[in-house]
Amino acid sequence: MKIRNLIFLLIILLAIFTMLIAVAELPPYGSPDNPVHNMVTERYINKALEETGVNNIVTAIVLDYRAYDTLFETIVLFTAAIAVYVTLKKAKGSEGGE
Amino acid sequence: MYLTLIDYWTIVLLLLLVTISISIYFIKDLLHAVIVYGAYSLIMALIWLQMNTPDLAITEAAAGICTTVLMMVVVFRTSRKEEE
Amino acid sequence: MRDFVLKRVVAVIIPFISLYGFYVILHGAISPGGSFAGGIIVALSVIAFATIFGLDRAKEKLPEKILVWTDSYGTLWYVLMGLVGIVKGVPFLSNRLAGINLGVPGTLSAGGLIALIGIGVGIRVASTMITLFFTMMEEEK
Repeated sequence: MKIRNLIFLLIILLAIFTMLIAVAELPPYGSPDNPVHNMVTERYINKALEETGVNNIVTAIVLDYRAYDTLFETIVLFTAAIAVYVTLKKAKGSEGGE
Repeated sequence: MYLTLIDYWTIVLLLLLVTISISIYFIKDLLHAVIVYGAYSLIMALIWLQMNTPDLAITEAAAGICTTVLMMVVVFRTSRKEEE
Repeated sequence: MRDFVLKRVVAVIIPFISLYGFYVILHGAISPGGSFAGGIIVALSVIAFATIFGLDRAKEKLPEKILVWTDSYGTLWYVLMGLVGIVKGVPFLSNRLAGINLGVPGTLSAGGLIALIGIGVGIRVASTMITLFFTMMEEEK
């Protein structure tokens, strides 16, 4: 048992080390020449008000540019509600059945 | 590297986040773990606010409370103690 | 849980929580927030009512028929808004391409279809959360 715990500890330390190396490679937070600041971001910031008429860029992206994502997100919510309803709901006439 | 006051605040928040995440593992009472998870979502909302994303902060605060309530209902419906 | 002070305080505070939720849904175009957060806040007001006053009274106020109805037709409303583009002869879920008047930026009706979609998604999220809570609470006995 002791040996097993020691091996687990070693594996976890190795995983933490790998993650820390990956974090050290990340670009600095908020720097203007990060790879995220490309043409797509520029287009959203410059044209969102003109193309959708909405001041809040997040709403413009969620409900207009990426409307498909939001549509399927609502379908996922619908599926979750239906799943819980079907699993936990007791049928009206079958008290104590099954 | 020169750190401003806001940076120290962020460091304190992140340390609290790590402490809460580790402490959830050691808590055996599931009701207490759910309450600590509520504190986690509150601190996460503060971090989103500090990163200038108020949209995510509002959503995190609201959804965190809602999921905490739902988990609390589940804890009351099932057993409260974690099985060894 | 059935304390007198608690009941009075919740009875005073619940309309304001609900109003704030609808405010967040409707102002998604011009201020932080949006339909997801607003829907959850509306749901939280109903959940607070159900925890303090009991599940039976909450079900009297909000019958299961209405919940099932909003659950089903919220997503359908979204698809219906997307079909506006198809009817006009442009791609699915297009807004400005479909020739819809975008309105004045900064007002509540800005964004054409975005305001309508936002209301649908908000009601959808609220009804999902309320359904989950009611169904889980019901197992008692």
